Amino acid sequence: MKFSESWLREWVSPSIDTAELVAQLTMAGLEVDAVEAVAPAFDGVVVGEISAVDPHPNADKLRVCQVTGAAGETAQVVCGAPNARQGLKVPFATVGATLPGDMKIRKARLRDVESFGMLCGQDEIGLGGDGSGLWELPSDAPTGADLRDYLSLNDQLIEVDLTPNRGDCLSIRGLAREVGVLNTVAVAGPSLDPVSATVDDHLLTALDAPAACPRYAGRVIRDVNLAAPSPLWLQEKLRRSGIRSIDPVVDVTNYVMLELGQPMHAFDLATLDGGIRVRMAEQGESLELLDGSKTTLNDDTLVIADHQKPLAIAGIMGGKLSAVTADTRDIFLESAYFDPLSIAGRPRNYGLHTDSSHRFERGVDWQLQSLAIERATALLLDIVGGQAGPITVAESAAHLPRSAEVRLTRRKLQQQLSLSLDAELVSGMLQRLGLEILAEDEDGWRCRVPSWRFDIAIEVDLIEEVARIYGYNRLPTATISASLPIEVCRETRTGLPLLRQQLVARGYREAITYCFVDPDVQKHLLPEIEGVALANPIASDMSVMRTTLWSGLLPAIRRNLNRQQSRVRIFESGLSFMPEAGGVKQESMIAGAVTGTRLPERWSNPRDLVDFFDIKSDVEALLKQNHVFDQYRFVPAAHPALHPGQCAAIERNGEPVGYIGLLHPRVQKLLDISQPVYVFELALGAVVEGELPAFRGVSRFPEVRRDLAVIVDRDLSASTLCETIREAAGRYLVDLKIFDVYQGKGVEINRKSIAVGLTFRESSRTLTEEEITAAVDRVVSTIKEQHSASLRG
Amino acid sequence: METLELLAREAQQAIEQAQDLAALDQVRVEYLGKRGRLTDLLKGLGKLSAEERPSAGAKINEVKEQLQSQINRCRDDLENADLEARLASEAVDVTLPGRGEDSGGLHLITHTMERIESFFSRVGYRVEEGPEIEDDYHNFEALNIPSHHPARAMHDTFYVTENTVLRTHTSPVQIRTMKTQEPPIRIICPGRVYRCDSDLTHTPMFHQVEGLVVDRDVSMADLRGTIDQFLKAFFEADLPVRFRPSYFPFTEPSAEVDIQCTNCRGAGCRICKNTGWLEVMGCGMVHPNVFGHCGIDAEKYSGFAFGMGVERLAMLRYGVSDLRLFFDNEIQFLKQF
Repeated sequence: MKFSESWLREWVSPSIDTAELVAQLTMAGLEVDAVEAVAPAFDGVVVGEISAVDPHPNADKLRVCQVTGAAGETAQVVCGAPNARQGLKVPFATVGATLPGDMKIRKARLRDVESFGMLCGQDEIGLGGDGSGLWELPSDAPTGADLRDYLSLNDQLIEVDLTPNRGDCLSIRGLAREVGVLNTVAVAGPSLDPVSATVDDHLLTALDAPAACPRYAGRVIRDVNLAAPSPLWLQEKLRRSGIRSIDPVVDVTNYVMLELGQPMHAFDLATLDGGIRVRMAEQGESLELLDGSKTTLNDDTLVIADHQKPLAIAGIMGGKLSAVTADTRDIFLESAYFDPLSIAGRPRNYGLHTDSSHRFERGVDWQLQSLAIERATALLLDIVGGQAGPITVAESAAHLPRSAEVRLTRRKLQQQLSLSLDAELVSGMLQRLGLEILAEDEDGWRCRVPSWRFDIAIEVDLIEEVARIYGYNRLPTATISASLPIEVCRETRTGLPLLRQQLVARGYREAITYCFVDPDVQKHLLPEIEGVALANPIASDMSVMRTTLWSGLLPAIRRNLNRQQSRVRIFESGLSFMPEAGGVKQESMIAGAVTGTRLPERWSNPRDLVDFFDIKSDVEALLKQNHVFDQYRFVPAAHPALHPGQCAAIERNGEPVGYIGLLHPRVQKLLDISQPVYVFELALGAVVEGELPAFRGVSRFPEVRRDLAVIVDRDLSASTLCETIREAAGRYLVDLKIFDVYQGKGVEINRKSIAVGLTFRESSRTLTEEEITAAVDRVVSTIKEQHSASLRG
Repeated sequence: METLELLAREAQQAIEQAQDLAALDQVRVEYLGKRGRLTDLLKGLGKLSAEERPSAGAKINEVKEQLQSQINRCRDDLENADLEARLASEAVDVTLPGRGEDSGGLHLITHTMERIESFFSRVGYRVEEGPEIEDDYHNFEALNIPSHHPARAMHDTFYVTENTVLRTHTSPVQIRTMKTQEPPIRIICPGRVYRCDSDLTHTPMFHQVEGLVVDRDVSMADLRGTIDQFLKAFFEADLPVRFRPSYFPFTEPSAEVDIQCTNCRGAGCRICKNTGWLEVMGCGMVHPNVFGHCGIDAEKYSGFAFGMGVERLAMLRYGVSDLRLFFDNEIQFLKQF
């Protein structure tokens, strides 16, 4: 809601300046968004009257004007505006004036003709306009008057950002009421006397949907003259509230809406067929609206209709056919109360947000209808003439809102605010807010809520009002005290922060990417899963929920590679969104992506590129946090996004946990990523749940190591070989290391050499040479048998 | 005895001239070894009379000891010189950077959230989380925002289906917690939230930390104290904090919280739009209708809730000038924190 300070002060004028008024509104919950001067700084501009216009002797486009200004003195002014003509009243910047932009007006010679001042267009004094010529002031503008005074330009535009509960402040009257309460000063609007009917014409109104529209006031006004423009004061008030002047009828209805808060509408009486029917639209009924658009109505929408056709969407926008035009002679004024719930949501459904719908959605004072129509009538008769008929009010008393009665107890008030307020202070606040106190006793107050406050229905609503008027910042402050029992915290659950720290220590930077991703990226990663799509995405490349965190990490890798970062290590934790029968599985994941050299570029670091085993070591570090590392297996696997020869599924006790691997070169190319990327992703749930580590004893006896170099088939996996060795070696084997893997010269083409180190130990005694030799022999013979292994000579 | 003196002088010279440990050892062997020249003199004592023998022996031994200690001194010197030389040759440029991996870092938003969590968990708040695809009931209905409520327009909701949305705030976690736990409740709920809005000052995804306290006799004074203390701790400064009446359907009374502008200290600048204040969070007393939806007796219990935008707080704390940088994930940005 935007309004001018001077208009507000016509209603209520506490003796505080603009800054204080603005601060007061903000601190009362009516947040002031902006304050700006109505007009930029200028002075020395008066209402000038052009008394004569002569051609310029030396220039075709210039004219020499005689202009009467202050104190009846006439000055010669050379002017180039095409609309300069005798008798016109215009803003006249006299010699010595300063115009916006610190432009000083001096005596000048223009093509050898002297000029004393400047005639101004609306734009030249910073008041809008299109720069088309001089600003033509009304003919009754007082010649010589200071323009700032004449137009009340020493005024501020104040814009308040009202919260949806304060629909009652969407008018000067409502704001004035609030300012009155805050300053304990009286509020007085203009006199709103009823206008007596001079003709009998009226329209019958039928309330076919009385719950949605329980009151509809109307009035016929005959013989209006729409040739007359709206007076300047009216245009200015509208302009300062951000509303453009259209014609006197529209202007007056807008004015009353701004002043009193009642949106109104005027129909061209000649277009109405029979009486008014306020009814629900028929499904599919069509209506051409004032803005020229054609709309198809839904049956949840209230319309104003006549006996033949819909005329307007109630409370939202009028129809084109029944609109007032320059040729209109008789009008029908509407001032109705619509139930907020019957309007709410519809503007959005039709894509129509209007000043009217904004107010009706939030609630319009349901006692205001007749008053508003009287005010509009009085203004209209003044401006466009005509004869008013009687006001007709169709009403369904049963459906009108009831004035709520709300009880405020001292106990609750004191409990919520930690403050004991003087009863008289509270009563005063409630009364000034327009609440009628029906009863007051030791326990508290029973009040009737005024018809304009749709946000007061229960006790806390009143507590908020009291707190607000008293001032939030004057309320006491306390340090909360509570009993703090020590709670069980499961040690076997490894927190996400610890996992993050592991990756951070290993050189990863955490990324946070959007959860909605580009379906064109995601389809290359998990082509068989259709991600959950947003109904109203903000952009097509942010339209599908991620099924894997890679969908965000890989574009982040690409972005960094494109920004000259050739070594990138990033990870992210967050939800993935997998469609499943009957819904979406929202699962916490942790994922990483790595590209570039193994180590940062530095004098001492080798320049090798990162490979599978680097990222595997990072993943192993994560898996070791919860002390159940032996429950995990890396199983060769296929994944549509990963290189078939460098991809493993990670399992825990046979259950899938995640994937690790090299991004498939084809996918890498499709995603336009310039170098190989290794990725991993783990379901967090399977990683954080672990076991308590159990003490296994510390042996004081020596350990013995035996190394074996065995040649096996190339296809035999290291883990299979190790499992066999472990089993065969028996219980004294405490450690098994693979310390070399070799393929090439000296080893047959389909074979490979694996060197393993076996460490033996017993906790209660020194092992004998025989026991160790026996164990190693068992190992050798078993792997020979099971894996056709041979010892390397 | 002239021979002994001559020998001693000769040996002394040889020791002095020894350039390294090997040469020195050679000298030692030559004079003091088993077949050394001084040893030979000792062996020659047998030829002397019994009267002469003790004094001659003593003289030779004296020379022997002198030479031995001279050799020892010399050896120490040479060893020291060797060590010095080795140390000098082993010197490194200690200003060169270390080897291996650098540590990475947490995202500034995660860091900020963990910091916020730590303030509250220290005083007994539990951390609760919830789904990000949320149903209409938890995101709106139970929070006293029925469909068609004008407040829904404030939310710019992403819809998944007619009845499911990307949660527009972390407040649904309040509902989920109150429905499953008995008061007293003290929780904070950090997480991602979504609004269909993208410009210089809005990203379609951002982070909130929600807080909720439900207990007997919780009052606005408790809320004010909590917020005030938190903000002063967060900014590590005695910042003026003010509460402005506002409106949220799920709290009443409701307030927006402003801190004095951290940039201009209240004098007025571009960042605070010349108001001297910065809006940092919203809060209020839990609305009875919300208690009603969660089956908590509003006559018996009261509570407060607050919610803050993590990006906003992080921007103010660390001077980040552009919100969108948080989600560009450029290393250049990430590595600054």
